[in-house]
Amino acid sequence: MTVESTAAPKPRRSAGTKSTAGKRTTAKKSPGTDPELVQLLTPEGKRVKNAEYDNYVAGITPDELRGLYRDMVLTRRFDAEATSLQRQGELGLWASLLGQEAAQIGSGRATREDDYVFPTYREHGVAWCRGVDPANLLGMFRGVNNGGWDPNSNNFQLYTIVIGSQTLHATGYAMGIAKDGADSAVIAYFGDGASSQGDVAESFTFSAVYNAPVVFFCQNNQWAISEPTEKQTRVPLYQRAQGFGFPGVRVDGNDVLACLAVTKWALERARSGEGPTLVEAYTYRMGAHTTSDDPTRYRGDEERLAWEAKDPILRLRRYLEASNHADEGFFAELESESEALGKRVREAVRAMPDPDHFAIFENVYADGHALVDEERAQFAAYQASFADVEGA
Amino acid sequence: MAAEAVTSKNMALAKAINESLRRALDSDPKVLIMGEDVGKLGGVFRVTDGLQKDFGESRVIDTPLAESGIVGTAIGLALRGYRPVVEIQFDGFVFPAYDQIVTQLAKMHARSLGKVKLPVVVRIPYGGGIGAVEHHSESPESLFAHVAGLKIVSPSNASDAYWMMQQAIQSDDPVIFFEPKRRYWDKAEVNTEAIPGPLHKAKVVREGTDLTLAAYGPMVKLCQEVADAAAEEGRNLEVLDLRSVSPLDFDSIQASVEKTRRLVVVHEAPVFFGSGAEIAARITERCFYHLEAPVLRVGGYHAPYPPARLEEEYLPGLDRVLDAVDRALAY
Repeated sequence: MTVESTAAPKPRRSAGTKSTAGKRTTAKKSPGTDPELVQLLTPEGKRVKNAEYDNYVAGITPDELRGLYRDMVLTRRFDAEATSLQRQGELGLWASLLGQEAAQIGSGRATREDDYVFPTYREHGVAWCRGVDPANLLGMFRGVNNGGWDPNSNNFQLYTIVIGSQTLHATGYAMGIAKDGADSAVIAYFGDGASSQGDVAESFTFSAVYNAPVVFFCQNNQWAISEPTEKQTRVPLYQRAQGFGFPGVRVDGNDVLACLAVTKWALERARSGEGPTLVEAYTYRMGAHTTSDDPTRYRGDEERLAWEAKDPILRLRRYLEASNHADEGFFAELESESEALGKRVREAVRAMPDPDHFAIFENVYADGHALVDEERAQFAAYQASFADVEGA
Repeated sequence: MAAEAVTSKNMALAKAINESLRRALDSDPKVLIMGEDVGKLGGVFRVTDGLQKDFGESRVIDTPLAESGIVGTAIGLALRGYRPVVEIQFDGFVFPAYDQIVTQLAKMHARSLGKVKLPVVVRIPYGGGIGAVEHHSESPESLFAHVAGLKIVSPSNASDAYWMMQQAIQSDDPVIFFEPKRRYWDKAEVNTEAIPGPLHKAKVVREGTDLTLAAYGPMVKLCQEVADAAAEEGRNLEVLDLRSVSPLDFDSIQASVEKTRRLVVVHEAPVFFGSGAEIAARITERCFYHLEAPVLRVGGYHAPYPPARLEEEYLPGLDRVLDAVDRALAY
């Protein structure tokens, strides 16, 4: 069995550990109050040893560390710009990833070019890692399209808004990889709220039964709009994997190194035929669910302040500074690069044209459909009737 | 026996689909069969009989008992370049997959601005008349026809079943393939070399002058029987096998109605918001000055599909359709 065959660590895995699932006491205890998680970098920026996962980041160079830092800073800057653009009326909505940069950059940078990513609608950092133009992400939030990028250009599927649906697509894609005999892997993103969806449970079942090369990367950001994780589960989410027969591990989602290491481990398991893994990145949604949300109605400041002290960017900066891996020049240069990115995104969004009216009828079907053709013609005639009036 | 190749075989509708799936598996390595019990058992109706034995477990896949999972993973496989043909065991069991079909399968091509294609066929044995228990006799085609991005077809005979399945698998769009389960055992000649007409085109299966009966799937045979009965009373009915519910071949319906001036649409699905309602509306728009009578519909009632002992009353039968014919001709 896949669970037994892994030579990987035991203590923090659901497999092999004694679960408290089913005991009545777990309901009262928040599943996240004292998370037992993989951490390589403390909030103070101290590198801590981890016998099980260190070798997955053992060869990391100062240049690569600065790269991770740069990714997180630019992603946060892009995200802030998008929030501003929504406030300015340029976007209809924005779902901020503030606070989740380490989870997304760490896992995103663990993927290989030939791997395939199935995101939710908040994976802006992962999109960045995959090389998707940030401006392209904004089309659907501006309302000019419902997707807007070619998933196959970067092996980054379209954002999925219906919660949890993409985990099944990821599983099917991974089944296809296995049929092809390829050694690529798939990573499926979802959240603590999605963990309650039947589709997520079904994707666990299918991936386990077919031993599909897929990593389920759950960003537990503690909140599904207004509902805390306690409303979704009475066991820590990573323990869910045990019942499906594959390992689950909880990682400090604000620690980019740990997220990188654990995701690399999970992806390697997938590539080597060991099947699925559940990674629960324990993190925090620092902002609102979306720009339409008002978190002051359901949560206080204390929690937010506590998480602010665990900021993913700050801790890597502390580490870079303490280890002399980055100097002032690096940070200053990144600052101006950030501003340039913000400006570029701002200008790109403002220049984004409204779609042609006839786009309604485009790509409804690949092979065409008589009714769509008929209605397009009716619409054209209707539009043309105005042209006559204006031309008269 | 002569040495010439036999291209025409007499076979049951279920066997015709089986042969068609076999041909697809044989000719395209990307075609997969997925579903509950489709492997060793060959499906509860034996439509996939023998396919796993000949093509292996990797291509004819027994899935976990989870319909959303079947369609959701089929979408992922299609994204990887496969052409999955999935079986939903019975009509009434499709609803756990309805979300994946409506929110994902139907829309992904448009959302990707045409970059992604999802050639997935969802096979659904549907309809009543076999004395089954609850959730085994429903006709939910309208619930899918309302969704842009899906194509909906339903063959009425073995030959169409064979060829329409070939065409559905070759389609780059998702196709919901409704199989008339009460006609699974009806035999007909199937010419496996014939060049078929377009998938979404209706066929006149009996020419007539006095009234058009339009139907698809299991009701085509009934309509032919109605036409026979009406002929004994001197009435000459035309029977149109629509074959496709989305798109609907309104041109063929219009051509027939302009000739006969009367139309009765027959389906097992409830009349309310059924495909007959759409046909009635559009044909009234297209043929207002040709019609001698309002378009009438015969179908199921606005009630849950009844217990088997009542289904004869619920389903359109010979007398109910003849009654509608009489009413239409009385105008």
